[in-house]
Amino acid sequence: MEAVTGNLDLFFSGFLRSLGICLIAMVGSLLLGTVIAGCRVSPVPPLRAFGTWWVTTFRNTPLSLVLFFCAFGLPELGINRSFYFFGVLGLILYTSAFVCEAIRSGINSVSPGQAEAARSIGLGFLPTLRFIVLPQALRTVVPPLGSVIIAMFKNSAVVGAFGVGGDLWSTGQTLTSARGFATLPVFLGVAAFYLAITLPAGALLQVIERRVAIAR
Amino acid sequence: MSQQSVLYDAQGPRARRRTRIGTAVALLLLAGLAYLVIRRLADEGQLSMELWGPLIDPSNEAFDAVWRLIGEGIVNTVKAAGIAMVLSVVLGTLIAVARLSVGRTGRVPLIGLVEVLRGLPVVVLVYFGVRVLPDIGVDLRGLPGGQQLWGLVIGLTAYNMVIFAEVVRAGVASLPRGQREAALATGLTNGQAMRLVLLPQAFRVMLPAIISQLVVVLKDTSLVTFVANYNELLSQGERIRRNLDNPIQTFTVIALIYIAMNYTLDRLARHIQARQGRASSRVARTVDAGAHVPVGGGA
Repeated sequence: MEAVTGNLDLFFSGFLRSLGICLIAMVGSLLLGTVIAGCRVSPVPPLRAFGTWWVTTFRNTPLSLVLFFCAFGLPELGINRSFYFFGVLGLILYTSAFVCEAIRSGINSVSPGQAEAARSIGLGFLPTLRFIVLPQALRTVVPPLGSVIIAMFKNSAVVGAFGVGGDLWSTGQTLTSARGFATLPVFLGVAAFYLAITLPAGALLQVIERRVAIAR
Repeated sequence: MSQQSVLYDAQGPRARRRTRIGTAVALLLLAGLAYLVIRRLADEGQLSMELWGPLIDPSNEAFDAVWRLIGEGIVNTVKAAGIAMVLSVVLGTLIAVARLSVGRTGRVPLIGLVEVLRGLPVVVLVYFGVRVLPDIGVDLRGLPGGQQLWGLVIGLTAYNMVIFAEVVRAGVASLPRGQREAALATGLTNGQAMRLVLLPQAFRVMLPAIISQLVVVLKDTSLVTFVANYNELLSQGERIRRNLDNPIQTFTVIALIYIAMNYTLDRLARHIQARQGRASSRVARTVDAGAHVPVGGGA
């Protein structure tokens, strides 16, 4: 077990690195996903088609393949950046598809009668969106969006496995292959650190879910 | 606009005109974007037949070898995903039934198991199956297909069985209470009621969720690339790239294969779900939201 206890500092720095990757990817994918969702629900056919294409592409491709494409394909186009950049970029592209679907399903879950009622009392498009549709949509969006973010934290392990270096997964790799520690204790250590995030986050999400739940 | 949306009514003449203008602008923008991408590709020589040939030109000398590798990859991917899927459904059902039939205290370790496995990245579990198990003396080499396949299958199963445990639970819970009450009233035991009455109906409702999860499993097989040499689709793509040095072309083709497989499954799931109506979409939502995994969030 000393593989873990003796290297707690390494584990911690790896943990922070993973959190960092997630934080950037979270901001990026939320923004990008919202834009794509905007395309998918807009009344303009080409934008809808673009949104659908985007979601179909990234949802049905493995994250590992997206990462490979970014890291090996983009340099061929003269885009040369660090592995870290490509890793985070891949994670953002991949996650944005799921964020988009979460937001879209939230908007669609508001019953058309709500907006019809709003229009019939004379609210315009933006006030309808601002006061009627979005407040309801946001509540339904929170739980699935939370799941997407938790899944993204777990997916940061794939980015790590891909070779970003210094994150939680790579820490485990360094300890087992370079320093020859047994795999089992290192595995347990890495697992424990991932659980330290995902379990509390899952519990928190359930609390939030219960609070924002609306009976329909 | 064929589809009624909450955001806007059927459009009148003015709105239609605005939409037409928006359409024109969007088309221009997207065409411009496509033009930029294609020009960049052309400028960097990425459209040349030298790079695409081995993948799309049957008369190319490397064509046969490349597609034999890809074919092998598809078979291996489907094999691992299929086995993992069957095992996950069986084990998941057992966990769910156990959880539904033991008392309050007996349930605690099961809930713990579900939460822990669900909270781990799949790639970590695959690592466990492929690397850790042999180290602690679990020998999988004797099994047909060998160490790598079964290590991967164990990793995938460990994750997906607990997802299915949740799906089965939601499926059984979605049935009307009268079903179980009637079964018990006719003299069936608890176990018989579960096996003969509840589970068969639950499985029907769960079918779309099971198919959706198959998409996740198919994608997750590619994670083995990082921890072992199992020649599934992505690994084969990586091998082709190393030999031909054409990452954009190879990975585009590999991605299209994944998309074709997964999109078909996704459509199928939706089709069945639409035919079955509400109960099944309630269960599907459990997979999407309740289980911390949005459709496909696993990979």
